[in-house]
Amino acid sequence: MRRLWIGLTVVLFGLLLIVPVVRIIMGAFNEGWRGFSDGLSRPETLHALFVTSMIVVIVTVVNTVFGVMMSLYLVRATWLGKRIKQLLNSIVDLPFAVSPVIGGLMIVLLLGPETALGALFNSAGVDIVYAIPGMIIATLFVTFPLIVREVMPVLQEIGNAQEEAASTLGASAWTTFWRVTWPSIQWSVVYGVVLTVARSLGEFGAVLVVSGNILFKTQTATTLVYQDVENFNLTAANSIALVLAAGSVTLLLFMEWAKSRREVH
Amino acid sequence: MSSMLQGRWWSWGFRSAVMLYFVVLIIFPIFGIYGQSLSSGWSAFADNITEPLAWKAVLLTIKLALITTIINALVGTMSAWVLIRYRFPGRRLLNSLVDLPFALPTAVVGLMILLLLGPHSLVGEWAEKLGFTILFHQPAIIIAMVFVTFPFVIRAVQPLLEEMETSDEEAAYTLGASRATTFWRVILPNMLPGILSGAMLAFSRALAEFGAVVLVAGNIPGKTLIASVYIFGEIESDNTLGATAVSVMLLTISFLILWTVNYVQMRRKNG
Repeated sequence: MRRLWIGLTVVLFGLLLIVPVVRIIMGAFNEGWRGFSDGLSRPETLHALFVTSMIVVIVTVVNTVFGVMMSLYLVRATWLGKRIKQLLNSIVDLPFAVSPVIGGLMIVLLLGPETALGALFNSAGVDIVYAIPGMIIATLFVTFPLIVREVMPVLQEIGNAQEEAASTLGASAWTTFWRVTWPSIQWSVVYGVVLTVARSLGEFGAVLVVSGNILFKTQTATTLVYQDVENFNLTAANSIALVLAAGSVTLLLFMEWAKSRREVH
Repeated sequence: MSSMLQGRWWSWGFRSAVMLYFVVLIIFPIFGIYGQSLSSGWSAFADNITEPLAWKAVLLTIKLALITTIINALVGTMSAWVLIRYRFPGRRLLNSLVDLPFALPTAVVGLMILLLLGPHSLVGEWAEKLGFTILFHQPAIIIAMVFVTFPFVIRAVQPLLEEMETSDEEAAYTLGASRATTFWRVILPNMLPGILSGAMLAFSRALAEFGAVVLVAGNIPGKTLIASVYIFGEIESDNTLGATAVSVMLLTISFLILWTVNYVQMRRKNG
């Protein structure tokens, strides 16, 4: 019985998780090393990778700052009523439930060229939709809950006794945060950041809708994969997909390593 | 005195900045889409929803997501059980692999499944010989959905199994219960909350999935056109009203599921 269940699970994991990854690697190298490097060194690939990394950096920085502060307020703030905190807390998760395409659509509806806000920005010389700012906003929306969901439980668990002690002893809010709160939440922030990087690296639906997928302008790595597949340029698609997959697997391994390290301590 | 005042200004600044960010980034867009769907009045909204292609896409999505959820509830429970209860070489590796579908970009997942099931692949040829095609048909959509929602049930059941006292199980055995009875009467009830909340999250994710599905679905209206791809098509062809109407339907279902899960989890924690 025991053997049967273990065997079934191993086969399942092999078929569902390992075989597809191996297939991508084979697909990227089916024309040898040349096909792989040609697919990656095309100017459109380089541009797409540049756009993706820019979005990842900006989104991660902005959402780390706002995510950590939001979690602090949702757990600690005395200036927010309990009811309001509960309400905000249940709203934080909403981006998880929103289909990425709908997330993109929301931004087009609010800031698209035909809307009042969009026209306002446009007359100021800034394009939001079908340009980089819209893609950043879409990715910010999609990744917002990740850090909050990692940090909040830790804040709830550690309680505020130490923080109160620090401020009774005359420490400023700033000092209390960096000397008392930060050391206990830093690992959860790291996990949140890793998840945010992985998600913004791989975001597809929302970015596709908002960007318009314009070559050399708003094309990201994932939307280029999509376009290459549509154009039957499979080797190139596989090469980029392999790079993206390698990136996310590395992040996953880093996270596993960090978690196992923390368990030991 | 001045430093206190300064501190107060700072904290006011931070508070308003964070709240403003939250309202503008999360709350505005969501309420915006509900508002927009009704902007041309109820009848236009009703017209867009009763459009046969629209509700067929939504129904198809619900049907496929349900099948996906059932598959994942079974397979996920088994995997969680094996990963927690049994010790065997490679267990840690498999346990880390569980999160792979969350880490991989969905477009990459779509491409993987396209390659695996395509006409020139092993699976594709077998299916061809047996007289049916997987790629661009409903089975391909289900496989894509199963892949992206794979971790939910496992990750929800694992902590419950870890927490579970083995004393209940041992008591059952001592009292002469068979393995099957013990499983159905003692172990399964303990895992059930995890299976249910994992399954609901998987269902809501399967409803929303776009990237993995768009590449492998044939997108034939009524047969393989799922809601998120339908919405994308409507946006591309500039029918924003049609897109918002279907979005609102899909969003409402997802929100209800999310809140139910949160509510159930909160009650379990407090009770």
